Amino acid sequence: MEVPILRQGQYLIASIQSALTDADLSHLREALIAQVGRSRCRGVIVDVTALDVMDSFAVRTLRDIAHMARLRGAETVIVGIQPDVAFAMVQLGLTLKGVATVLDLEEGLAFLNRRTEERFLETKPKRPSERG
Amino acid sequence: MDNKKSMSVSTRASDATTLSESSAGLLRELVAHLRQNRTQLREEWARRITRAELLTAMTEEEIFAEATAVYDNYVEALETGTFEALQAYSRRLSERIIPRGVETDEVVGIVLLLRDVLARSLFTKYQDNVEKLNRILDSYEPAANRIANTVAVGFVEERERIIRQQQEAIRELSTPVLQVRERLLILPIIGVIDPQRARQLTEQLLRAIRANRAKVVVIDVTGVAAMDSGVANHLVQTVEASRLLGATVIVTGLSPEIAQTLVTIGVDLSEMATVGDLQGGIEEAERLLADRAAPTTQVREIAPESQR
Repeated sequence: MEVPILRQGQYLIASIQSALTDADLSHLREALIAQVGRSRCRGVIVDVTALDVMDSFAVRTLRDIAHMARLRGAETVIVGIQPDVAFAMVQLGLTLKGVATVLDLEEGLAFLNRRTEERFLETKPKRPSERG
Repeated sequence: MDNKKSMSVSTRASDATTLSESSAGLLRELVAHLRQNRTQLREEWARRITRAELLTAMTEEEIFAEATAVYDNYVEALETGTFEALQAYSRRLSERIIPRGVETDEVVGIVLLLRDVLARSLFTKYQDNVEKLNRILDSYEPAANRIANTVAVGFVEERERIIRQQQEAIRELSTPVLQVRERLLILPIIGVIDPQRARQLTEQLLRAIRANRAKVVVIDVTGVAAMDSGVANHLVQTVEASRLLGATVIVTGLSPEIAQTLVTIGVDLSEMATVGDLQGGIEEAERLLADRAAPTTQVREIAPESQR
């Protein structure tokens, strides 16, 4: 199943709607990383609200997405991990270390806004004009 | 087979008419005897209970009232051979007397006393006819034993039910997740943490994080007496699971003993933010929340985009 990747301002949002096969996950990873460069976006949100299972491959792919996106200049945040899924994940030792996770899409947007703002303050005094 | 046996017994017996009676007939006779002497036996039993200093938590009138009810149920169970009514009665009785502090040995004691009182009255009645007494006792004993069992088991079951209920209640009570202010939760843990409780605690916390949209959680373990590596690992898992839901966890109130134990057994808590006491934890949490507090620009930034 193809995961739709939406553009929202300077962020990309990938909303996973159903359980994905390993191939689907790899495809999602490639599509996201390609699009990060193409659309010059500053943040990636992967929404997993609909997932009630998260296996080790899924977790590793999410982590890879975050690290690869960072190399391409975008922050990644995983949103919408369900309490039961979170509990199962830590029991399996899959903790997504080094990857930002927040409660839901709204929090994810707020997180990325804060992050990009911090980066602008560090690097540029002004906000780029091409955002939209 | 049974018939032949009883025939052979009856040929040996002296009194043919009594001995040809079936055990059901004997039981009927027994019940009739117990009904006839109801008042007297009941009083005797109540007297014996008082003398044996059983049911001290109850007044004499109460003992007599219960004794009457137990007696009637007892005789009925003897007569019908069905124990449902007695079971139901002993359950209700247990419900009434357990809160008064009546102990298991007292309940077993009074039932055994009743058995003794009735057996003695049978001895007196049939003392001239040992043969018949024996056969009366043969039919009385199994029924009486079953009754004693039923009452005792009913009592214990009721107690266990109450204990289970209370354990459940304590568990529910002992893991309150409190919201101190917006986006800040406190989870004070008191008492012993076993794996089951640790699991329940984590699940409850994760749900509360989602429901309250919490950003920071302070887990206070001042009330935890001891912590082994299992519990410490649960704590670490809770912290990690909370992070997956976007909440930062601060653990407070690790006692000197627990700190020593954890370091000695080599549990790695370096990933965990710890602060000395609850006050410090809340201060730290407020600081984190202030850091994260959305600057006004953020609201401006989202608003126009989401309106499109």
